[in-house]
Amino acid sequence: MEGLKDNKIVQAWLVLLLAVLFGGALSGVQMTLGPAIEANKINETRQKVPELLGPSSANGESLDIVSRSVNVDRQGKKVFYSVYEASVNGKPAGWVAKAVGQGYADKIELLLGLDPGLNKITGLFILEQKETPGLGNKIVTPEWRGQFIEKSIQSPLEVVKTGAETPYEINAITGATISSRSVTEIINSAVKDLKKPLSGQTRPLE
Amino acid sequence: MADQPTSMERFIQGILPENPVYRQLLGLCPTLAVTNGMKAAITMACAVGFVLLCANVMISLIRNLLKPHLRIVIFTLTIATFVTIADRFLAAYMYEMSKTLGPYIPLIIVNCIIICRCEVCASKQPVITAASDALGQSIGYGLALSSVAAVREILGTGMFFEIRVLPTAWPDWVIMVLPPGAFLTFGLLLGWVNWMTSRYAAKKQVKGSL
Repeated sequence: MEGLKDNKIVQAWLVLLLAVLFGGALSGVQMTLGPAIEANKINETRQKVPELLGPSSANGESLDIVSRSVNVDRQGKKVFYSVYEASVNGKPAGWVAKAVGQGYADKIELLLGLDPGLNKITGLFILEQKETPGLGNKIVTPEWRGQFIEKSIQSPLEVVKTGAETPYEINAITGATISSRSVTEIINSAVKDLKKPLSGQTRPLE
Repeated sequence: MADQPTSMERFIQGILPENPVYRQLLGLCPTLAVTNGMKAAITMACAVGFVLLCANVMISLIRNLLKPHLRIVIFTLTIATFVTIADRFLAAYMYEMSKTLGPYIPLIIVNCIIICRCEVCASKQPVITAASDALGQSIGYGLALSSVAAVREILGTGMFFEIRVLPTAWPDWVIMVLPPGAFLTFGLLLGWVNWMTSRYAAKKQVKGSL
């Protein structure tokens, strides 16, 4: 009996009991609130979709948005993309893809809008970034993001310091070349990965 | 047990005499990090208040079962559970706010105020006292957060609760909503509180000697 009292596991009975009780309570909370949280996340992205497809995409009509995930094999590594397919009255209106990549400070997560024929970029929105305040975080400004709109995606985009001339050049942010390059790289690889899986199956899709 | 403060004393002490931020200098990370707007500060204070109240009541209920060498584990376990509930709740019903507060809600787990109250009060005193202690400390914490947030939001954006209070001619002191503004504001407020306290104490002494 004495030995049982000295046993470390027996001494910790309250810790173990509480851990089980709390764990049960938390899974209950997760089961109740989980769907609402998921819905919030999807809603957040969906609200951005019309803006990313450009002003002409919807013509004031409501967009139907279907979301799905696309798995791509990139050099032996599996990559997942959440892709939102938008349509107006059954007619394709464009694609919005969520892409993630390494920035200067941390991961950059962005939404990329593409036209239905996968020819050009229709919008860009930075969802999450932790770039240097005052320099790298200017990637979120509409002025800088605006450069990407209407750019053709037939060949990869390139970052130049100033004075972008050709249709495939993007001006870097002064003092934040790496952040600018990171965003451009994320877009380039997303375009490369998604072009094939998305083309040829633009509707009808459930 | 005889010399333990009563429920009422615990409640009042938490608000000003033993204010968690200005007198105990605990929980400073969120005090500096989420006080660039009143809304975020109030939400943070409510989340901390909820966790503090639940943890204090829970610990007080099981205080006679606690073993000295295992008590901290149990405090942390309890706190982590309630913090997770608060975090999930915010993500489900106040999604925007939950994004604004970011990692600072999960970080309530390591907020020293709560573990300090569990250790000092809840593990030694009955439920009612523990609950009023939690309420007092939460109000004190809320006051501290909103005092810093009020200064920063008004000077930094000219707004209070996102409603314009200063004329539009006011040049927004952007530094106030950035991290340096938190240090400046908190440092000055803390100095002011200390100065007021010592003045009050000195006055009391003079009165006492008469």
